[in-house]
Amino acid sequence: MYGYSGKILHIDLTTRKSWTEKKPEEWYKIYIGGVSMAARLLWENIKPGCDPLSPDNPICIANGMFAGTPVPVGGKYGLASKSPLTGFMGDSLSGSWFPVALKRTGWDGIVIHGASAEWVNVFIDDDRVMFRDARKLLGKGTFETEEAIREELLDDQVRSATIGPAGEKLVRFANVTNDGRQAGRTGHGAVWGSKKLKAVSVRGTKGVVVADPDTLMKLSFDITQQAQGPYTVKYRMLGTATNVLNMNKLGLLPTRNYQQGTFEMAEQVSGEYLEEHFKVKKIACAQCPIACEQVSAAKQGMYAGAMTGIEYECLYANGPNLGIGDLNAVIKLIDIADRGGVDAMSQGVTISWAMESFERGVFKKEDFKSAKYPDGFEPNFGNAEAAVALAEMIRDREGIGDLLAEGTRIASQRVDAERGTESYKWAMHIKGLECPGYDARGLKTFSVGLAVGTRGGCHNRTAAYDPDIQGEVNRFTIDETRGRVAAASEEYAAVYDTLPLCKFIRRCFTGKADRAGAWPTIAKLINATTGWNFGYDDVDLIGVRAHTIKKAFNIREGWTRADDYLPYRWHHDPMKEGASAGHVVTEEELEYLKDLYYEAKGWTKEGLIPKAKLIELGMPDVAEAIGV
Amino acid sequence: MVTSTSRYAYIACDATKCIGCQLCEYICSYTKTGEYNTYRSRIRTVRVDEILITAVACRTCEDAPCVIACTRDALTQDPETGIISVNAERCDGCAWCIEACDFGAISINPATKMAEICDQCQDKEDGPQCVIWCPKDALELTTPDQRAQKARHKLIHEEVHGPR
Repeated sequence: MYGYSGKILHIDLTTRKSWTEKKPEEWYKIYIGGVSMAARLLWENIKPGCDPLSPDNPICIANGMFAGTPVPVGGKYGLASKSPLTGFMGDSLSGSWFPVALKRTGWDGIVIHGASAEWVNVFIDDDRVMFRDARKLLGKGTFETEEAIREELLDDQVRSATIGPAGEKLVRFANVTNDGRQAGRTGHGAVWGSKKLKAVSVRGTKGVVVADPDTLMKLSFDITQQAQGPYTVKYRMLGTATNVLNMNKLGLLPTRNYQQGTFEMAEQVSGEYLEEHFKVKKIACAQCPIACEQVSAAKQGMYAGAMTGIEYECLYANGPNLGIGDLNAVIKLIDIADRGGVDAMSQGVTISWAMESFERGVFKKEDFKSAKYPDGFEPNFGNAEAAVALAEMIRDREGIGDLLAEGTRIASQRVDAERGTESYKWAMHIKGLECPGYDARGLKTFSVGLAVGTRGGCHNRTAAYDPDIQGEVNRFTIDETRGRVAAASEEYAAVYDTLPLCKFIRRCFTGKADRAGAWPTIAKLINATTGWNFGYDDVDLIGVRAHTIKKAFNIREGWTRADDYLPYRWHHDPMKEGASAGHVVTEEELEYLKDLYYEAKGWTKEGLIPKAKLIELGMPDVAEAIGV
Repeated sequence: MVTSTSRYAYIACDATKCIGCQLCEYICSYTKTGEYNTYRSRIRTVRVDEILITAVACRTCEDAPCVIACTRDALTQDPETGIISVNAERCDGCAWCIEACDFGAISINPATKMAEICDQCQDKEDGPQCVIWCPKDALELTTPDQRAQKARHKLIHEEVHGPR
């Protein structure tokens, strides 16, 4: 087998044993790698119905097919566990040195079972697995932990995926960080913390063997060259933060917990302003010639010294969404998230829920007491000092931070039950995962893409905002094509998430990002790596299968049609100003869109998958378990 | 700060341009060993923190300390190019050369347990492959003197036209 070793490493933290599982080449042809393989490993190894924070929920790491080769942006891996936020499929991606080093150890994937009695750092040194005492790493931030492990092991080639203090404290939207990049969403950090797993470290010294290295070199060189041209200019120059002004113009920039779609201080938090006043350097993941990460530093005031990579999603969540127009404070908030090991998107949206709850009288000043603020504080929108205090309290589960660390869904349910309030009406989550930086009231195709998403409120697994924003469809109305568009969009994204290749490369194959523009070259890359004979349709099936296994997992965990919903606000509160004012997605519209979507997927009206469909996709055991 | 005293050319990295992508390591290992294994690269990217990033390869020092340090006379320096070659028959992987190198530019191949040093791809017609591949033009085969000349040109340009 080329491009793979055929071996999955199993590690049991309870018994401190490890063993090898061999997988046949046919299995790899179906599940490939990244999120698809991680999801499949989760399907095979979890005890269905388990508590996400119990030892029965395994951590599944699946490397990328191209990790460790010169294929641009192929240094990525997928991570899957049952999400403590959603109770459904939690799948995330991250890139850079960790997957590259993991590839060289010769393991295609890792499944970590059980839970450790004491804090542990699992060190995979090529073939060997060691359980190292991690007690002295406790309390350390993510970047700091990685560095400390390198110093302990006296080797700067050791790469680690770690959790920060938030993961240790089981913050439900804590994440996993490696090399300054995050497997950001769905709360993996809490799963790791529940197992007392502080870090997984790898040292790989073996070469990666591919079927046709010369062809792979030529293809990679051409793509690397293309990646320096106009096709990636957005990512290389301003980064994704360039979206701030675009979204503001379209009236889609979530502001003050999605009460508005325009922000009066948008200019001051724009990508352009960031570039001019805060940018320090642009850096890349390992194996990436684009370099999109816009490292920015707060230079003035009480937050001077805070520094981290800034991109649109974290920026909207902790800036406009909190009514904050000072990038110094925004950088500080994202810095706290990145070092603490917190999903900065969920952090921002949870704080904005708390701020709105305060402004609407659900919370009082005395609810916000902490060691630093013994009399409490008043977290109105725009109060940056309060936002920073809340971010730290969430990370440390201090005071009200303990409630907010549960995420908007659980926090709002708990508060409403205790106080008889209706804060669920402004809890901006789908399936428990906080929403992204595109207001779906003005993006109707995207709205169904989000509602049906297997991991909840996530813009990354569906790109259905594209036809809305590009004007290919009328973004304020619906028609019978939208189900098809949403289905095609998520399957397209799933191809990239499975190989995985970073989506920022998508135009560098031919200039066109659509299937016809990208799939033929991707097929060549796959064939040169593995020696397989993949064509256009095989590449397309990668996405269908990836999405299917994730959906199948959710069905086995008890998913029903009612779980494909949108936040209350998007159904009932039209925005008052901006280019998307006056619009909502009505419940009737959403139900109709769901019908269209399930039909486009070839599923039943209830959103279940027919047995025949699963067998056709090469998943007979899945058909047996959940097919109808 | 340690700087090379070399009159010879070497692969220099402009740290302001380097993005830490590591592609140079892939290309080097593939060119030199036929496999994709950044662990076996003769040029090494270094990421000290989020923004301090560069790549380091042999700086072809004059009277190279590694050559002097070798107890088995396995290292020799070409008087014309300054390139240091390792005699596989003699090298026993003792790592004295590694200790002698101020730049950390020598590593031991984990498979053969022998020292490996950048040879500027002298067997390749188009020169060092890492320079060709570097997506940000951060790598250059150059001498300190050539770099000084460049700096002077840049200075004059800036004095006349203002900073770019």
